[in-house]
Amino acid sequence: MAVMNIREAINKTLMDEMERDSNIIVLGEDVVGGAGTAGGQEAIGGIWGTTPGLYAKFGADRVIDTPISESAIIGAAAGAALAGKRPVAELMFADFVGVSLDQLWNQMAKFRYMFGGKTKCPAVVRLIYGAGMNAAAQHSQSVYAMLTSMPGLKVVLPATPADAKGLLTEALRGDDPVMFFEHKALYGVKGEVPDGEYRQRFGEARMVREGGDVTVVTCGRMVGFGEKAADKLAADGIGVDLIDLRTTSPLDEEAILDSVEATGRLVVVDESPPRCSLAADISAIVASKAFTSLKAPPAMITGPHSPIPFARELERAWVPSPQKIEDAVRQVLAFR
Amino acid sequence: MQLSRDDLVGAYRRMAIIRKFEERLHDEIKTGEIAGFTHLYCGQEAAAVGVCDHLDTEDLIVSTHRGHGHCIAKGCDVKGMMKEIYGRRDGLCKGRGGSMHIADLSVGMLGANGIVGAGAPQAVGAAIAAKLDGKGKVAIAFSGDGACNQGTTFEAMNLAVVVKAPAIFVFENNHYSEHTGVDYAVGTNKDIASRAEAFGMKAWRANGCDYFDTYETMRELLDYVRAGNGPAAIELDTERFYGHFEGDPQRYRGKGELDRLWEERDCLKAFRAKVSEAKLLDLKLLDEVDAEVAQLIEEAVSEARAAPAPDPAHVAEDVYVDY
Repeated sequence: MAVMNIREAINKTLMDEMERDSNIIVLGEDVVGGAGTAGGQEAIGGIWGTTPGLYAKFGADRVIDTPISESAIIGAAAGAALAGKRPVAELMFADFVGVSLDQLWNQMAKFRYMFGGKTKCPAVVRLIYGAGMNAAAQHSQSVYAMLTSMPGLKVVLPATPADAKGLLTEALRGDDPVMFFEHKALYGVKGEVPDGEYRQRFGEARMVREGGDVTVVTCGRMVGFGEKAADKLAADGIGVDLIDLRTTSPLDEEAILDSVEATGRLVVVDESPPRCSLAADISAIVASKAFTSLKAPPAMITGPHSPIPFARELERAWVPSPQKIEDAVRQVLAFR
Repeated sequence: MQLSRDDLVGAYRRMAIIRKFEERLHDEIKTGEIAGFTHLYCGQEAAAVGVCDHLDTEDLIVSTHRGHGHCIAKGCDVKGMMKEIYGRRDGLCKGRGGSMHIADLSVGMLGANGIVGAGAPQAVGAAIAAKLDGKGKVAIAFSGDGACNQGTTFEAMNLAVVVKAPAIFVFENNHYSEHTGVDYAVGTNKDIASRAEAFGMKAWRANGCDYFDTYETMRELLDYVRAGNGPAAIELDTERFYGHFEGDPQRYRGKGELDRLWEERDCLKAFRAKVSEAKLLDLKLLDEVDAEVAQLIEEAVSEARAAPAPDPAHVAEDVYVDY
């Protein structure tokens, strides 16, 4: 196993998969960088550093710098996928879903169904998401809940380098449109990554740790926060079942319900506003399918019903924290 | 290159099928048997057929909400389409799509689309794919004068020029964006082709009610695009003989306007006049084609009416390939 960070795992997976399958193309803003400048091509390799080297290896026909034109990027990915390619489109910030939503929601998500199951649209959209960099209200959001609500899309959120490789490989081998969420604050997270062919099935949550007292369900950056909280709770003898969903569509309901049936207590941690959120969704599923197992009302740790603010103090107040998770666990345990 | 006798008869047949298909729908919709919204292509037949007669199944098209004509011109099965519009299990899309969402990738028809302007970026993606395959294939976005005002269309034209994709933007200007006139809604002196030119591509203009003008202009355009010169556009001046959707009272029409259009701008009438004057075809032969087409549409409707409805148990199938 090699040790690498999530950024490197994504770059290497793209490199390996493009080598394997000549139908894979990459497109997005500045995925190469430098076109039309005095400095020349490959100026940046994506502002997140996830696509360097691809252009040098695979050329301009397969690694395509686009104008700032998100509807065209996602629409072109949809059309290229219908036409038999496997496009990987980058949305530099997941927030830009707003300007390209029709192509995701009314188009690629629905083709297969509307066209009677006779088409497939194997497009991967990489959405860089999340708070933690003081990027304020239009560059910090976690829009996975909105896309999870859309039938036809799969939604994937790796929290580790190994999952980044396994889930991206799976996305590129599958035949459905995949929304691949990369948290901007997780790119530097290091970990062991299996060598060679490595695929992680969708809809299979990861039990990060088993503690037996409270079930904490989360994804993405909040997994690490959950681990910090669990460490502190463990010191007081409180055991947490920490579940990293890996994918929110499909959702591993079984892993959640099995754990809640054993613990009777649920905390959902979700880096988004509370309404119509992943936290609300999972709480509803548990309330309706494991009602008799519950010993306390499900707790939802989310941001407030507000946009994400800029100032450090305000952003910190907005985002769920290890402390808030720890407090929530203690509260659901205290419920009688 | 002169069109052969078979080419001419074929072109007429395809236009006549579209005309009869749509006229029959116009009548059948009044019976209440067909659900939903239907947008008829009558009046624009020469546009779809004049464009698609140059294409084979590996050339790709994306269509619009007014898509029946494009589907038929590209080779979709007429009976399968009728069943689809009737919402039948064995419709081209299993009754899941309906009039606005007919697709058949086996003939290079990537889909009609209920969202105005959504198809253009998809055509660019398909053209990027075609360029990568290197077989000289093209991808065509049919758009109307309504879609020419959508940002997606602008973005698509710019991206196509930037990546030099073999994408073709066919703007069918039927002078009405739904219920609003093109004179009002298109700011650039009503000149849609000039917009494409402004994005840096070559654009042509043709009479979309004249099969021969459309066909010959498209030949020139396709030679240019297939030679690797990047995208191109064409504005076809055409007419919509019915409303925006079936049931549209068309109060925006001028006095006597529709009568004049049927009289002066009917592409089928013009086709017959032209081949007859030039002594290319005997009109009796075209009458026979009309009779065959009438029979085909009659069968399509009676088969669609008799066809089984979809099973509600299958309502959530085919959302994913694998979930």
